[in-house]
Amino acid sequence: MDLINFFASVDWSEIWQATLDTLVMLGASLLFTILLGLPLGVLLFLTSPRQMFEKPRLYAVLSFIVNVVRSLPFIILIILLIPTTVVLVGTSLGVAGAIPPLVIGTVPFFARLVETALREVDRGIIEATQAMGATTRQIITRALVPEALPGIIAAITVTTITLVSYTAMAGVVGAGGLGDLAIRYGYQRFQDNVMYVTVIILILMVQLLQMLGDRLVVHFSRK
Amino acid sequence: MIEFQDVHKTYRVAGREIPALHPTRFTVPAGQVFGLIGHSGAGKSTLLRLINRLENPSGGTIIVDGEDVTALDADGLRGFRQQVGMIFQHFNLLASKTVADNVAMPLNLAGRLSRKEIDQRVAQLLERVGLSDHARKYPAQLSGGQKQRVGIARALSTNPKILLCDEATSALDPQTTASVLQLLAEINRELQLTIVLITHEMDVIRRVCDQVAVMDAGRIVEQGPVADVFLHPQHPTTRRFVQEDEQVDENEQRSDFAHVEGRIVRLTFQGEATYAPLLGTVARETGVDYSILAGRIDRIKDTPYGQLTLAITGGDMNAAFARFTAADVHMEVLR
Repeated sequence: MDLINFFASVDWSEIWQATLDTLVMLGASLLFTILLGLPLGVLLFLTSPRQMFEKPRLYAVLSFIVNVVRSLPFIILIILLIPTTVVLVGTSLGVAGAIPPLVIGTVPFFARLVETALREVDRGIIEATQAMGATTRQIITRALVPEALPGIIAAITVTTITLVSYTAMAGVVGAGGLGDLAIRYGYQRFQDNVMYVTVIILILMVQLLQMLGDRLVVHFSRK
Repeated sequence: MIEFQDVHKTYRVAGREIPALHPTRFTVPAGQVFGLIGHSGAGKSTLLRLINRLENPSGGTIIVDGEDVTALDADGLRGFRQQVGMIFQHFNLLASKTVADNVAMPLNLAGRLSRKEIDQRVAQLLERVGLSDHARKYPAQLSGGQKQRVGIARALSTNPKILLCDEATSALDPQTTASVLQLLAEINRELQLTIVLITHEMDVIRRVCDQVAVMDAGRIVEQGPVADVFLHPQHPTTRRFVQEDEQVDENEQRSDFAHVEGRIVRLTFQGEATYAPLLGTVARETGVDYSILAGRIDRIKDTPYGQLTLAITGGDMNAAFARFTAADVHMEVLR
């Protein structure tokens, strides 16, 4: 009975809207993270020492930039990026305003994971594909990436889950979504029940994403 | 035909030049199985990879069927590589693709055939290597021998003129090795394919090769028809390989034979002579006695051979030696 009363004052339509906002932020930023991070990861891998296109200087520069972004706490990155965000999407507020910092914050992280996944591919596979007369593009798209796919899917899963927590943080700067709701009600209005509901939704979301990711990894491992 | 003209290769490691292959000249005649044998680090793997330029030579010229391979640009090289199949010690199949898709891969990359033509070709190749029932499986579901058969089917998919084999049987058990070597021999015969293989096992050379080159420290130290090199090894490295194959220790043997009386000779028979009743005849006619100290009767590719070490006592020994020499037998007097 107490439990029902406790949650009675929760505005479920607001929760539903916040959940949708979070999913939109998550989906959009994940899409752009993959579109930008996958090529960056491939580039990191190819230019790294002892690889096909070993370029020590380029690799050092890319690596440095990636490390700089990764060393900034996300909450600070959001604030640092406000002017950039305004230029990119016209606003630094709401769901749209959250997407550029989310993407910029996760691309370097994802790219590193992709680089590591590609490193796991046996060099012999690259050699065999070269021996078939493949072009560089074919080696990447027909051999390297398909062979690293389980690793890349695992990287996408980890990145998505990181994005879930980042979207919650983006709530601080008025991004909307579950994090925003939790802070506005739970922190600013002392309405714990809303905070608990959002926390439960976030936990469920992460569990589901991890489960889905694990299933896909198993499916594509072909063992 | 593959021709190496003073080809050499040095690696730069930490600012120092490390020679992997000293200037080398040799020719692989078209349609032959050419074996390169050497211990690890002897330079055989480098030499093999120079043929399809997975390694670039530091100097010299490589001519394949009249074409200077060392002068090819990137496009030309890709076209050339499509005419050279390669199989590997660890198979190097794509785990993410089915057996059929692995075999189809070189054809898909070349992009000259239609989907339907590729399917037909793949079916035909899988039939050839005896894996028709496994087309939809993934490599992880296959045994080592089956994986190498997929590797062979993949290497043959573009109808190459040359097949390079990089320690193709070194990861396989003896029985599987035998069946894979038999498949290679069949392919060589039926498709008139030139095969260059590298190995560290004399047994592989003996079973399938026509010619052999022995490598040591970046040089070819001995080369010739397998029977010659195998039965009459000259270079110490070659002798070691032959002894490893025969599981004989020369020093041990010498001390074992120390107490044996009489002369010791080694007779080498080849071809039909292997089956001729020579020993008994000679013993009867010349009155010598013989005992067999060591021996082996086997085949080199399709040619039977025998090699017997005999102790000979009594009778007319010189007449016996003359009879051996007159028969189609190679005789060495060891003591």
